[in-house]
Amino acid sequence: MKDVMVWIEQRDNRVMEVSLEMLQKATELAAVLGGNVSAVLIGNECRKLADEIIFYGASKVFLVEDPRLQLYQSDPYVRIAADVISEASPEIVLIGGTSIGMDIAPRVAARLRTGLTSHCVDLYIEKIEGKDQLIHIVPGWKGNMMIKIMCPECRPQMATVRPGVMEKGRSDSSRAGEIVSVIFDIIDDSFKAKTLEMVREGVEGRSLDDADIIVSGGYGFYSAGGFELVERLADVLNGEVAGTRPALDQGWIKEDRMIGQSGKTVKPILFVSIGASGAMHYTTGFSKSKVVVGIDRNPKAPIFDVADLGVVGNLEEIVPCLIEELKK
Amino acid sequence: MLNIIVCIKQVPDPEHFDKISIDPRTGSIRREGIPSITNPLDRNAIEEALRKREKFGGMVTVLTMGPPQARKSIEDALAMGADKGLILCDAAFAGADTLSTARVLSVGIRSLGDFNLILCGNETVDGATGHVAAQLAEFLDIPHVTFARRIDVVDEKTVMVERNIENGYLKVEVKLPAVISVVKSINKYRLPTVMGIMEASEKEIIETGCSVCESFGLTESEIGFEGSPTKVLEVFESPQRRTVEMVKGNPEEIARKLVRRLHELEGL
Repeated sequence: MKDVMVWIEQRDNRVMEVSLEMLQKATELAAVLGGNVSAVLIGNECRKLADEIIFYGASKVFLVEDPRLQLYQSDPYVRIAADVISEASPEIVLIGGTSIGMDIAPRVAARLRTGLTSHCVDLYIEKIEGKDQLIHIVPGWKGNMMIKIMCPECRPQMATVRPGVMEKGRSDSSRAGEIVSVIFDIIDDSFKAKTLEMVREGVEGRSLDDADIIVSGGYGFYSAGGFELVERLADVLNGEVAGTRPALDQGWIKEDRMIGQSGKTVKPILFVSIGASGAMHYTTGFSKSKVVVGIDRNPKAPIFDVADLGVVGNLEEIVPCLIEELKK
Repeated sequence: MLNIIVCIKQVPDPEHFDKISIDPRTGSIRREGIPSITNPLDRNAIEEALRKREKFGGMVTVLTMGPPQARKSIEDALAMGADKGLILCDAAFAGADTLSTARVLSVGIRSLGDFNLILCGNETVDGATGHVAAQLAEFLDIPHVTFARRIDVVDEKTVMVERNIENGYLKVEVKLPAVISVVKSINKYRLPTVMGIMEASEKEIIETGCSVCESFGLTESEIGFEGSPTKVLEVFESPQRRTVEMVKGNPEEIARKLVRRLHELEGL
């Protein structure tokens, strides 16, 4: 089979943005393979989401609905996804790498005894020894080091991609597609890891996804005693505050502000990184920014490999001057 | 009483990642001279296991699949307070992707007998895939939960877990035995004490290789490089998209030039 299937994640009966991004990538890959895009959607009373999934590229949506599947339940979700995939036999399966996507994808891959890559920054088809292979590009450990991976024999070839790394396409309401309702025999006993409730925790400020300007700080602020300078700079720029994992660990930012491979991928017009040396896991999170400024005390810091403008110096001197200059 | 197994991995120290290079001849990674550490999240997993043992009694066994030097990570875990260690070490295990690793770990775990709970770090600092916990659970046919930030033991058969999602968490009731992978915010791990290091040398470390696979029906084609559905084709340097322009001078001059350039580049 030459089809590309996307596992669609819904929360509160809304399709997650990353699933739409996966549908676009699936469309590109299916075009090369000469196949179609299909999707599997699991939830409760979520049939109306199937239309949106079709408008964003799927020709066929496998729909599984049950009141018990309203929230993510790993056991039945994994079984259902694996069964639908086995039956449909797509060439490729894409899953958005949210924390739930990263929970279901590896178990489905293991169940199907197939290969899975994660945090892909690029996916394309290459003919190798006469066979169409999915090429998965994932970040290496430093600088611009990349790793090219394939899954030559096992099928489907599976990949997860972090939210915001790929682009979603445009919704086309003239697209037609098929919705296939699949009935599963769900035994209550099979909920050995049972999600009882989903709890939302407050999020302050604008989402980084919409920010035009982001000021991100790292461990270098330890000597400054905290993030006050980052916040003041972000304020004068009318931008958003973000940070690295060390900044999260220090309690200067919350999880939703952490930039990087396991955090957020952002594409602002301006990204200012201060006091962060520029480890790969961090820089991969903002590589698509239009303009990148790096400020660090270490002239050899890898941040300068991925910046347009660089400043070597003491952030406690540089940042206040920058704030003053911007106020003019 | 809880019999807990913690899966750990020895990884290159991220502080030294900038020293990793690619051999131009073979295209493979050169890691010589790069110091190794126990994956930080695995230490959170060991800590969680120790706390549960302190509260409910039982035993903590640490397990790793790795090269001979991975023994150091087991010893560190024993020095933290774990009771026993198992190292799965064999040339045949090398080159394993996450699926192949999970298979071998599952067999190592079965060789340890009954258990209530398996803990591990949610992801490593090197591969960072976060696959192994879920895949291990699949091979052991038990439930799993990832991104765990809190684990409360209800009784020997049940735990209540809070697992992170974006902007919140899920509350999950889990039937034991199960695999749970933990995130950093679950606890602050202890450092080994001098006493702990001394006691560690008295503790049992089992070393085993391929033979454990055979006894559980795992064939050579299912382990190591051969047993890995995914294969690395190439490691390469992607061309640098940006060439940095360094802005110099005293802080005031830098600020002036920076703002001017940003206007010119339409960053502002």
